[in-house]
Amino acid sequence: MDTLSTRHLLGIKDLNKKDIELIFETADTFKDVLNRPIKKVPSLRDVTIANIFFENSTRTRLSFELAEKRLSADIVNFAASSSSVSKGETLIDTVNNILAMKVDMVVMRHPYAGAGVFLSKHVKAQIVNAGDGAHEHPTQALLDAFSIREKYGEVAGKKIVIVGDILHSRVALSNILCLKQLGAEVMVCGPTTLIPKYIGSLGVKVEHNLIKALNWCDVANMLRIQLERQDIKYFPSLREYTMLYGLNKQILDSLDKEITVMHPGPINRGVEITSDVADSKQSIILDQVENGVAVRMAVLYLLAGQTQ
Amino acid sequence: MPKPTQTMLNPTLLDGQKFQITIQRLCRQLIENHNDFSNSVIIGIQPRGIFLAKRIAEELRKILPGKTILQGDLDITFYRDDFRRRESPLVPNSTHIDFIIEGKKVILMDDVLWTGRTIRSAMDAMLAFGRPEKVELLVLVDRRYSRHLPVAADYIGIAVDSIASQKVVVSWKETDGEDKVVLLSDGK
Repeated sequence: MDTLSTRHLLGIKDLNKKDIELIFETADTFKDVLNRPIKKVPSLRDVTIANIFFENSTRTRLSFELAEKRLSADIVNFAASSSSVSKGETLIDTVNNILAMKVDMVVMRHPYAGAGVFLSKHVKAQIVNAGDGAHEHPTQALLDAFSIREKYGEVAGKKIVIVGDILHSRVALSNILCLKQLGAEVMVCGPTTLIPKYIGSLGVKVEHNLIKALNWCDVANMLRIQLERQDIKYFPSLREYTMLYGLNKQILDSLDKEITVMHPGPINRGVEITSDVADSKQSIILDQVENGVAVRMAVLYLLAGQTQ
Repeated sequence: MPKPTQTMLNPTLLDGQKFQITIQRLCRQLIENHNDFSNSVIIGIQPRGIFLAKRIAEELRKILPGKTILQGDLDITFYRDDFRRRESPLVPNSTHIDFIIEGKKVILMDDVLWTGRTIRSAMDAMLAFGRPEKVELLVLVDRRYSRHLPVAADYIGIAVDSIASQKVVVSWKETDGEDKVVLLSDGK
C-alpha cells in the first residue's frame, strides 16, 4: 500500500522503513515542484491546518507554514505566548476549541514530552509532532536523513556521529531512530553528563573524544547546547565545552577524510561550531533547511491523503 | 442470446501493422498542423502517456530529420480531483520538462481518453510551467460517450464504444514486449 502505517506523525518510533522511504520518494517530487517557476500545487486545498506552538521556533514553524502554503492548505497560526493558555486553559480545551472551527490537522510543538501522543488520544484531528520536549522531533530527523541520502545516494552503511547535548535533544533521539531504521551506523559523542546512561540500548556507539569520533564518521551532526533546558550545570563552562567538543576548521582540516557537517539550527556560532565551519563547503546546513520544506510537504500530503 | 459484438469475439483493437499505421497517421496529422515543430512541444502525461509521447516524438524525428522535437513528461498527481477521496494518496511520478512552454503550442498526449478528468488535471499541472499559446490533445484510444467533463481530443488513434466495467489496456514494445491495444471485459 502506498500509504503510511500511521494516522499521525508523533515520532519516528511509529514509522517503519517503508514509511520513511515513501516519505523520501514523495519528498523528491516535492523538491522538484519547489524548483519550478510556480511552486504551488493544489493538493491540500480543502484541508485546514492549525500550527500550534507552545514553544519558540523559527525554522520549523516557517518551514511547516511554507510547506502548508505550497500545498494550498488553509492555515491558522497560534502561539501560546499570545493566547488564552496564559489564562489557564488546558491543552485539550485549547485544541478542541481550535478544532471546533473545522480544522483537519494540527502541527504542534510543546515543551513537554508526549504532548502529541496525549493529544492524539483525545482529539479527532491528525497530529504532526513538531517537537515535544526532549522526546522527539520527527520531521527534523526525516529531513536530516533525507539530506544525507541526497549527499551520498543512500543512508544505509553510512557512519553518522551526533555531537553535543544528547540528553536534552529531541533531534538526537529522532535522528538515532531514523538513521538506525535506514541501516546507518550511529555514534553519539559528548561529555559524560550530557549522554544518557542507557543510550547504548538504542544500538549506538558512545565516544567521549571528539577527534576519534570525527575520524570514524562520514557525517557529523553538531547539536546545540540547550542551555534553556539545563536546570543544573552539566559542564564547568561553555568555554571548556567549546574547547573539548566544538568543531573548528583546524580540526576539520586535520582529519584524514572529508566529512560532511550538519546542524539542525539554531547555531550558536563559536560554541558547538565555528563560523568558518558552518559556512564551509563541507557544511550542508542550508540544504537541510531547503529539504525541510519538501520533507514536510511529503508528510502532510501523505497524512492528509488518508481516508477519514 | 444477444448477438456477439466485434469486441466480444476479438478483444484486440489494434496491433501489429495496424498499430504502426495509426501512429504514422497521427504523426502526419501533427505535421499538417505544426509544420517543422519549431514552435511546438510534446508533453506526455504520466504514467502511461509518456510511452505514446516518446513513440510519436521518435517517429517525428525520423520523418523530419534534423529538426528538434521537444518532448517532456508531466506528472499530474498533485493536481488530481480525487485527493482524500481514495483509500490512500497516489505516489507521484516524476516530471521532466526541460524546455519553456511559454508561448509554445503544446500537444498533450495520453494513451486513453475516458472520463476526461486526467486531462483537466494535466492542463492545471501544465500551467504551472507557463502560459502556452495553444494546447491540443492527442490520444491513442478515445473511449466515446464516457466523459465526465467537456473534454475532446484533437487527434485520435482509434475510437471505441465501451461500457464502464470494461477496461482499455495499451501495451508498448519497450516495456510490455508488444504494441497492442486490447479491450478487457469484467477484468478478463
